[in-house]
Parts: sequence; C-alpha cells; structure tokens
Amino acid sequence: MDIFNAIIQVLDSTIRLSVPLLLACLAGLYSERAGIFDIGLEGKMLVGAFAGASAAAVFHSALIGLGTAVLISVAFALVHGFASITHRGNQIVSGVAINFIAAGSTIILGQAWFQQGGRTPALQPGERFEAIIWPGADAIRDVPIIGPIYAELISGHSILVYFAFAMVPFTWWVLFRTRFGLRMRAVGENPAAVDTAGISVAWLRYRALICTGILTGVAGAYLSMVQNGGFVKDMTAGKGYIALAALIFAKWKPVNAMFACLLFGFLDAASIRLQGSPLPLVGKVPAQFMQALPYVLTVILLAGFIGKAIPPRAGGVPYVKER
Amino acid sequence: MSTPYAKLPAWADYGLIPLINLSVAFIVAGFVVMLVGENPFLAAVILVEGAFGKGTGIAFTLFYATTFIFTGLSVAVAAHCSLFNIGTEGQAYIGGLGIALVCLSFDSVLPWWAIFPMAIVAAAAFGALWGLIPAYLQAKRGSHIVITTIMFNFIAASAMVYLLVGPLKPAGSQAPQTRNFLAGAELPKLNWVIELFGAKIRSAPLNICFLLALVMAFLVWLLIWRTRLGYEMRTYGHSPKAARYAGISETRIIITAMMISGALAGMMALNPVMGDQHNVAIDFVSGAGYVGIAVALMGRLHPVGIVLAAILFGMLYQGGAELAFEMPAISRDMIVIIQGLVILFAGALEHMFRPYIQALFASVSPKSVGMQAIKGTGA
Repeated sequence: MDIFNAIIQVLDSTIRLSVPLLLACLAGLYSERAGIFDIGLEGKMLVGAFAGASAAAVFHSALIGLGTAVLISVAFALVHGFASITHRGNQIVSGVAINFIAAGSTIILGQAWFQQGGRTPALQPGERFEAIIWPGADAIRDVPIIGPIYAELISGHSILVYFAFAMVPFTWWVLFRTRFGLRMRAVGENPAAVDTAGISVAWLRYRALICTGILTGVAGAYLSMVQNGGFVKDMTAGKGYIALAALIFAKWKPVNAMFACLLFGFLDAASIRLQGSPLPLVGKVPAQFMQALPYVLTVILLAGFIGKAIPPRAGGVPYVKER
Repeated sequence: MSTPYAKLPAWADYGLIPLINLSVAFIVAGFVVMLVGENPFLAAVILVEGAFGKGTGIAFTLFYATTFIFTGLSVAVAAHCSLFNIGTEGQAYIGGLGIALVCLSFDSVLPWWAIFPMAIVAAAAFGALWGLIPAYLQAKRGSHIVITTIMFNFIAASAMVYLLVGPLKPAGSQAPQTRNFLAGAELPKLNWVIELFGAKIRSAPLNICFLLALVMAFLVWLLIWRTRLGYEMRTYGHSPKAARYAGISETRIIITAMMISGALAGMMALNPVMGDQHNVAIDFVSGAGYVGIAVALMGRLHPVGIVLAAILFGMLYQGGAELAFEMPAISRDMIVIIQGLVILFAGALEHMFRPYIQALFASVSPKSVGMQAIKGTGA
C-alpha cells in the first residue's frame, strides 16, 4: 500500500509539473504549425507569470490576474509577429530578444513596483486559483485503489489544470476539424498556396500567434498563481525550452504533446521524489542526469534514431510575395 | 525570387542603419528607466562615467569586452555559414571544463606561460567538441541546429553541475566549484597599459586574454575574407544550393564552421577562469554566450564591428554596475533588457527603417541606390 501511495503522489506531482509544459507546448504548436518558430515561449510565460501575479496582488482578484497575464503575453506575441511577419525578421533572433526583454523587465519592474527583490507580494487566498474538490472526493478517499486515484489524481486541482487538459482535444479539433485549423496548417506548409487562394498569410499567422500568446499567458499565470503564491524572478527556469523540446518530441501533434509533457513532467517529479535514493537495476542516478534527460531524449529524437521529427515545411521562413 | 530590398551606399548600410537601430533600442530602454521612475539622461551619464570615467572603470570595461569579443566572434563565424549557434553559452561552459583539467593538473609544476598555451588548446578543443555534435546532427541527420544547440546548453549545464558538486569539488568544501588555482594558472594583468596613460587602477581583472581576443578577431577576419575555407563558408551561407553545385561538401563545411565557432566560444572561458576567478564555478559563463548573439548582430558579423560592439556591451556591464550603485531601482538586469532590445532592433527588426531610408536616399540622389538606368522596370 505504501508503494501504491508513493506512486499516486508521484503521478499527482507529474500532473502538476506537466501543466505549464503542456500549455506552453500547445502554445508553440499553434505558432509553429502556422510557420513561425517560437523560441520566445519562455519569455512569454515569464511575463505572463509576472503580470498575473502583480495584477492579482494589486486588484485582489485571481481573474483580473489571469486576464492581465494573457493580455501582456499576447502583446509580446504580437511583437514577435511584428518582427517576424510584418518585417520579415529572423524568427529565432526575435524569439531570443523577447526572452531577454522578459527576463530583464520582470526583475526591474518587480523591484521598482514592489521592492521585494524581484518578487511580487505573496498572494492571499482570494487572489489565486484554489483547488476544486470534486463531489464525493472526501467520501470515497478511503476506498482502496479507486479512492486515492479519484481524490488525489482527478479531483483537487485548480481550474487551470483542467483547462490545460481540455485544451488538448480542443486544439486537436481546431487544428483538424475547422477551416481556421486547415488554413493554419496550410500556411505552415505552403504559404504561397494559401496566398493564391486569396487568404491573407500575415493575418492568419498573426491569429496563430495570438493563440500562442493566450496559452503562454495561462501557463505563466499557472506558475505564479497556482503552483506558487506569487512571482519569483526567473521562475520559468527553462520550462519554455522543455516545452519546445516536448513539441518536437510530439511531432507537432496535440495528443502526442500531452503525452510528451506528461513524460517530461514525470521525469521531473521522479527526480524530485528519488533525490539520490538508489533505483533497482541501475543503482544511484544523479539528479542532474534526470534533469538532462528530456533534452537528451529530444536530441536523440531529432537525430532520427526514434522516428523522424519533420517540422512544418515553411517554418522559420518569412513569407515574401513573388512580384 | 524577388529581392525585397535594394542596395544602399555602404556607409549607410554599415554605419547609418545600425546606428539608427541602436538608438531606437536605447530610446526604448530609456522609457523603461522612466517607467521605473528615474531620469534616463542622468542614468546614461552615470553609466558612461562608470565605464570610462576612471582607470579602474576602463579596465573593467575592457575585461568584460574581452569575453564578449570571443562569444561574438563565435556566433559570427557560424552565422557566416548561415548557422545560428545559440550554443555558445554551453560551449563556453564546457571550454571551462577543459581549462579546469589543464590547470588542476599542472598549476603546481609549470609557470603561466607554459600552462596558457595548453589551456587555450584545451578550451578550444572542448568547446569545439561541444559544437561538433550538433553540427554533425545538422549535417548528417538534418536536425535543426538551433534546437540541438539549445538542448546542448542545458545538457552542458547539467553535466557541469554534476561535475562541480561531485568529482571536481575539493573534499571538505561546500561551494560548488573547483579548488582555487595556484600561481601557475594565473594570467598576467594588463592594467599597467592603462596606467601608462596616467590613470590609477585599483585591482581590475583585465588580463592578456584581451590581446588574445584581438588576435582572434584578426584571425577570424583572415579566415572569413582571405581564405578558401572562409569563401566556402560564405558561399554556403548565401546559398547552400550554389555551394553544392560548386562541389563544396556540405557536411565538411557545417562541421568545420561549428567547430571553429565552438572553439572560439570555449576560449571565452580563459578570460574569467584564468584571468579573474582562478577557479571554475557553477554558471561562470552567466549569459555571456547570449550576449555574443547581440554583439555579433550589432557588429554586423564583421570582426571590427564585433570588437566595437563588445566594448559597448563591456561598457554597459561595467557602467551598469555603477548605475545599480547610484540608482538602486535600476539593477544590473537593466542590461538584460538593453541586450534584448538591441537584439530585437539590430537583429529581428533590422529592416524596419530601411524602406524609409531608401526612400530618403532615392529622393535626394537616385544614383546612390542604383536607380539611374532602370527606368520603368521597377525596383
């Protein structure tokens, strides 16, 4: 029973840790499917986290926090669009720039506004998203097997967690069952064809980037308003890059993205849980190895040793009309 | 293929446009300073005075610049081959490992002038090796170099943390770093050069790596514009198809360019490790690799431009430290914002003002934009 409880706990923290990855990964999916590389997921999450926590603390409302997070994150996404769609700049350079601006400005503004060394004030109960206890969760908690699964894994998360997982089928539906999704995929593969059909390539890509901004904003809000009770500097700590890795690992597909993020979340949860205790067969695994594993796996995948990751064909190339 | 932009005179292309982009970046940074509630003009004055006002300031500025020359050159060499090496950070980190191994082995028996060449080779070799794997994967397996180099930065960070809290940490020490090097691995300072001009210097870390950086800048210029290999790299950078048609081996050129880039990145570690801290500590690169991207873009991938841009960023780092002292609301993270803005305006938005400047040139003197003979064909 002890082992079962331990597994439940690891899976529970797997869900918690994979949510920001999943949101950022789906965010990246929208822009990359539309042919815009987005290295700036990290930065957009960071400004989202900062804006969300600051607004929630100032206005004493979690919803206003979430709204602000989304708004600021979308604004950064539009800067990326302005550089890489309107001015046909290098998308990777623009993403790198956004990450720097986000990293610097969140610290500078946080320090200037709240004077707590780059932190935002600790959020009070009404200012963050609380866990939702599902009906009957406490009643069946003691039922063996099903009880803990229902009470710990399914119930007891914040609304943003359910939102993240609901976004997976929703994204699939948008991408593969709507006109917008079809056009978005087309613009990532062959923008000239979309242009010929009389559809604006730029506007389509801008809309995809707005979707990206919304999702990275929610991801940031989750970090600072659910996982943590406030913003801490550099709190994304590379999650945007892991999300990027997960996106490649998932071969740019929404359902795969969920599994990739759960896998990377699980690696994280397991490394926290193990903390240097020996594993069967392999012995003691250094925590750093577990931390590096998502990156190593992604490199191996990219190298084509486990299946082939083929990115959208027009990815990273600014669209120029033939004249 | 349509060429979206017509030609401008060289001085406008290499002088005016970067200057305009840079000014816009600084104007936006000024707004951030205002948002924080400080006076941007005063901030600028404090910054420049902090960087160049005293001998110590100049020495620190040049010390930081040394680091950025290496990383800037590293990014530029790869960029000439149209490879975006974001992995400079990781390559420099691993370069530090090479230096640590050399210094820890020989610092008690050899003098600095014997260890320095070995350390240069080790740093370059380790950095190059860390660039080799992504290069090989790009050339042979078609995986995107940007993504693999990002992944390799994280892998390098994890590996170095593992080594610095484990095998490389002296027994009984708590700090995650190697033991301090002995005198044999300390590089001579260059502060006396500035003192020749009458300035006084209280302990600044400027060391002979600065000269090495300048030599490397010259060698990179030689490589890119005066050798066959450089010509091939630029050809591949302009048009991989043309390069293939000319019989240039894609694999060879990608791998060579990335290894040179990685070697330059690795050599960056010499400056802080042997010139200043005399040990290898966790995160000693602290973002210098990423600064290299800004420096390379601002220097328009030319060694002369890179040296100037590196000095500018050195100034920002040194002046920024002084600024943080004078205006507590503005910490050193202000530099990170400026860096981001420079990358945005000088890199991603480099063409934003071009059409306007072109129109201006065309209206003043059509000859300057090459429009005299092609009436009616359209530009």
